[in-house]
Amino acid sequence: MPANGAPTKITQGYRTKGGIGESTLRPDGTLKVTGEFAYSSDMWHEDMLWGQILRSTVAHAEIVSIDTSEALAMPGVYAVMTYDDLPTEVKNYGLEIQDTPVLAHGKVRHHGEPVAIVAADHPETARRAAAKIKVDYKELPVITDEASATAPDAILVHENRDDHHAGHVPHPNIVHRQPIVRGNVEEARKRADVIVEGEYTFGMQDQAFLGPESGLAVPEEDGGVHLYIATQWLHSDLRQIAPVLGLPEEKVRMTLAGVGGAFGGREDLSMQIHACLLALRTGKPVKIVYNRFESFFGHVHRHPAKLYYEHGATRDGKLTHMKCRIVLDGGAYASASPAVVGNASSLSVGPYVIDDVDIEAIALYTNNPPCGAMRGFGAVQACFAYEAQMDKLAKKLGMDPVEFRQLNAMEQGTIMPTGQPVDSPAPVAELLRRVKAMPLPPERQWESSEGADVRQLPGGLSNTTHGEGVVRGIGYAVGIKNVGFSEGFDDYSTAKVRMEVVGGEPVATVHTAMAEVGQGGVTVHAQIARTELGVTQVTIHPADTQVGSAGSTSASRQTYVTGGAVKNACELVREKVLEIGRRKFGSYHPAWATAELLLEGGKVVTDGGEVLGDLADVLEGEVVEVEEEWRHRPTEAFDLRTGQGNGHVQYSFAAHRAVVEVDTELGLVKVIELACAQDVGKALNPLSVVGQIQGGTTQGLGVAVMEEIIVDPKTAKVRNPSFTDYLIPTILDTPTIPVDVLELADEHAPYGLRGIGEAPTLSSTPAVLAAIRNATGLELNRTPVRPEHLTGTA
Amino acid sequence: MDFLRPASWEEALAAKAEHPTAVPIAGGTDVMVEINFDHRRPEYLLDLNRIGDLYEWEVGEDTVRLGASVPYTKIMENLRAELPGLALASHTVASPQIRNRGGVGGNLGTASPAGDAHPALLAAGAEVEVASAARGTRLIPIDEFYTGVKRNALQPDELIRAVRIQKADGPQQYSKVGTRNAMVIAVCAFGLALHPRTRTVRTGIGSAAPTPVRAKAAEEFLNAALAEGGFWDNGKIITPSVAKQFADLCSAACNPIDDVRGTASYRRHAVGVMARRTLTWTWESYRGARRATEGAA
Amino acid sequence: MRVNFTVNGRPQEADDVWEGESLLYVLRERLGLPGSKNACEQGECGSCTVRLDGVPVCSCLVAAGQVEGREVVTVEGLAEYAKQRAEGGCATGACGTSLDEAKSWQAKGSDSQTGEGTELSPVQQAFIDAGAVQCGFCTPGLLVAADEMLERNPNPTDADIREALSGNLCRCTGYEKIMDAVRLAAARQSEGV
Repeated sequence: MPANGAPTKITQGYRTKGGIGESTLRPDGTLKVTGEFAYSSDMWHEDMLWGQILRSTVAHAEIVSIDTSEALAMPGVYAVMTYDDLPTEVKNYGLEIQDTPVLAHGKVRHHGEPVAIVAADHPETARRAAAKIKVDYKELPVITDEASATAPDAILVHENRDDHHAGHVPHPNIVHRQPIVRGNVEEARKRADVIVEGEYTFGMQDQAFLGPESGLAVPEEDGGVHLYIATQWLHSDLRQIAPVLGLPEEKVRMTLAGVGGAFGGREDLSMQIHACLLALRTGKPVKIVYNRFESFFGHVHRHPAKLYYEHGATRDGKLTHMKCRIVLDGGAYASASPAVVGNASSLSVGPYVIDDVDIEAIALYTNNPPCGAMRGFGAVQACFAYEAQMDKLAKKLGMDPVEFRQLNAMEQGTIMPTGQPVDSPAPVAELLRRVKAMPLPPERQWESSEGADVRQLPGGLSNTTHGEGVVRGIGYAVGIKNVGFSEGFDDYSTAKVRMEVVGGEPVATVHTAMAEVGQGGVTVHAQIARTELGVTQVTIHPADTQVGSAGSTSASRQTYVTGGAVKNACELVREKVLEIGRRKFGSYHPAWATAELLLEGGKVVTDGGEVLGDLADVLEGEVVEVEEEWRHRPTEAFDLRTGQGNGHVQYSFAAHRAVVEVDTELGLVKVIELACAQDVGKALNPLSVVGQIQGGTTQGLGVAVMEEIIVDPKTAKVRNPSFTDYLIPTILDTPTIPVDVLELADEHAPYGLRGIGEAPTLSSTPAVLAAIRNATGLELNRTPVRPEHLTGTA
Repeated sequence: MDFLRPASWEEALAAKAEHPTAVPIAGGTDVMVEINFDHRRPEYLLDLNRIGDLYEWEVGEDTVRLGASVPYTKIMENLRAELPGLALASHTVASPQIRNRGGVGGNLGTASPAGDAHPALLAAGAEVEVASAARGTRLIPIDEFYTGVKRNALQPDELIRAVRIQKADGPQQYSKVGTRNAMVIAVCAFGLALHPRTRTVRTGIGSAAPTPVRAKAAEEFLNAALAEGGFWDNGKIITPSVAKQFADLCSAACNPIDDVRGTASYRRHAVGVMARRTLTWTWESYRGARRATEGAA
Repeated sequence: MRVNFTVNGRPQEADDVWEGESLLYVLRERLGLPGSKNACEQGECGSCTVRLDGVPVCSCLVAAGQVEGREVVTVEGLAEYAKQRAEGGCATGACGTSLDEAKSWQAKGSDSQTGEGTELSPVQQAFIDAGAVQCGFCTPGLLVAADEMLERNPNPTDADIREALSGNLCRCTGYEKIMDAVRLAAARQSEGV
């Protein structure tokens, strides 16, 4: 029996006929506006139980004992499980390094680590039972920063490491280290007329997707389990879940439930294994839904970072060299830290030409909350720092900050610090020109005939200023992000495309395992199928593990990679359709054999536009189906000593201009406008493209002025795990975001497209910071910047 | 947990007398958060939603008797003239949805130093009308109401019926600092009311001490300075040095802590800035009204 | 405890309700109306916004017992609610919607896979058309809030829209397309489209 709310196929019919390049509307739009779209937390099953996780109340401790007896004795409680109840020898999971315990074993390494799980007939029963589990902790000193992590007598967060980074890191509390050395910094420094140094701090940001971690595990008659789940990558989850359950992958069926945003926070597992364990133990369906408090402990965050930069430039404004050290706090478990290190190091130079560099990036193991993927993935932290450096240099040289950047901007053909040439358009100077050329918003928009409209002023409805102390500032920034998985990862996707006649009409069905997390991949897949197969009606099959992996919905990669896979599968289907057509109708017209044939508007046409027949006739009585993997160009690992290697697939660029108004006395900031220019290669769906850019821009704004998970440095405990104290921008904090979309094709990519989701998140933050610096004259070396930083009261 | 649904004020008082640990719930905007996040499991929830009296207000000669559950939205919409400071404060409360449910009774009952209504009540002057089945009604002056962090002068068998707030006899202002432009809990807040009838000024400070407080030394200083300079009569601009000293004394009235929302040092600083600005706004308004009156006469 | 109230014009009864349950939980888990979303459960995001006796509130902060005898409108009933309002009918349902009429929001003749053919309120249609929906988790709450604002204020300024929606967080869109959608709905409404 399928779970209530289980996704069904989405068919988009005749209302929209758009192929690629059109702003077709979302196929799931109607369901989402009527409340009928089933998100993972909406799943429901008759007779289901509720799962609850007991989490550690301390950050670092030995577990002396766990007593579950009282919890188990409670009426309505069906199961209580701890480490000792795990069914197989596989008791850890992890994206790259399997260092994360499913349930804590003898030790907890961060605040909020799962220790025990409960299944009961009502969420309150489950909560009460969890509260009755007695855990005796013996607290250990906490590792919270680089100094404590690498001290000679430092406690090791993980003893006996045997992962593939263990051999090359300088200390066992360093997850991974990636140096990049190119040219000769010592020599180049001699050419510098000015040198600027900076030490920057990037706070811990949370993805803060609105749909909390949740899912429903339904035990199946064959001893397996069916998991309805919100995730970014079904097959990666599957690979980690099945061994812990002791089941072959075929017996763990996974279906993507509605996903309420992701932004990297669903790349790691959260409640997946716990729900499956409880379902298999109790023989009943088990639903787990985190509340917001638990969500802050239930997923990894963006790595907070310390960044040390030195840049030099000649008097006429040419960059001479760059030296940097980026220290990322990975927290207690590895998650995506190694790849974040790779990105931070390889993109630490920014979109600039600098031949002589000396770069080092590391990620630490600490007892802070685990950190991993979040939109921008290592490139965000670097961009914040190098863009601050660019402004400092420009100021020191007496140059315009935009002109200075343009003078040093990379372009197609530039060699990256990794030795990799940039082999597609890199319109960095042009993007800056475009944001600068946009008209500025009018001054003093708060003034009206009825006095000051506080909604348009810093402080907003809180009525803190009627114009007093308000100073406008303008700032610019530009960034570079890689697209797709890098460093030699086999980054493929799979698409199954089927064509048949239904009710006299040709219909295409696209089946992939791509996680639609809101980005609009389902819209684009239908557009691709229409363009390639000439049909109007395209059915998007629910994403599940009955088809090959689509890879992750992350790294700005899905339109490129799964879009590429859909295109490829459509092309193969088209060939088969044409073969059928030739077989059936080839004798009627010579063009079947001689001409280049296309599928358009439900017909087979020649490239000259001559109609050879109806697709419906060709497909009558036939079903054409192709499932095929598709890969982009391979990449290489970075050399562990020199960082050299063709590590990235594609780059993505965006530039921002921020206009802010700062109440300089109270240190309150209102961002008035955040203009963005981005090269997207080819906008498959212009409406969605702009939506992605505006959304990414706003997340960058959030970490510029308000968003930070605050961890107590003495206890490593999270102090603000709620939406009361972890603030994300409201509609009154978010400015107008004019977007200028540039389309310079990348010849290596499907349709020339460029991954777009992350680049706007990079440059938004430093642009806002630059504007605040411009308004206040303050140096501001950390983000987010809070009122105390602007008023000398930190 | 038991859910008590009294249909009248008398029934509510009887229920509270019988179950002194019962937690009153009206708008639910504090209580439900604590229940949802498992921070609180009261033995009894005492629902006040069915008691219509709590949703009514009466505008009297000198005071407004504001029912404890009158939602902030209603205060903003209907009492802007009588209670300008509280109306401004109400507008800073959380979000429209919360303002549609929450009322001043909840702020008073919770007695969080960050409650948005407190500085406005302190500045306007108010009495909290509480009642118990056993002892009937009593009025607690607002200055005596807050007794500690999230503690107030209510007895376990008492409920808040209303708050009697002085009707404005002069300009009032309210400012609140938060790190977001909407839907934010106060880092600190400041309320100021001019009382031309008594030629006094009253203040209220939120979120900058264990309880909401008045800056009494600042008030006394300003009262004296205004009297001495004949400001109330001559309507002169308040000199920057007077405004600065007033602001400094308001800062000095704070006893803040460092927490995730802000530093103690920032709170002191910001209260000073808000004190200076709100004094300027109210005084300018007073001067404007005075000129208009003179012009008319 | 037992709670009786009206949802989208239809009388509902929930049994065995734990006294600490919220209206949101009852709607989602007991009445099969999961359209109102559980994003924060602390009144800080607006995703669970419903109308309680006509007033927009966070249903996560209303105790289930508090809705006894009251009228609730959720996103699932928004189209019908808007339709009745446009027809000059009694949108609150308080003036006697028949059970059959009230059920009509459930039994619409739409495509169960995409919802196509569903009758939508102007603000729902505008959210789709303007691209204001991405992950969609904030959408139900925003729609209820936006619809109520347009009822009160048919010609809002941008600042009015921002103020009215300041209690609804969205993490995907950056709000620009939500602004577009509400402007579009207001324009269509004033043109009588």
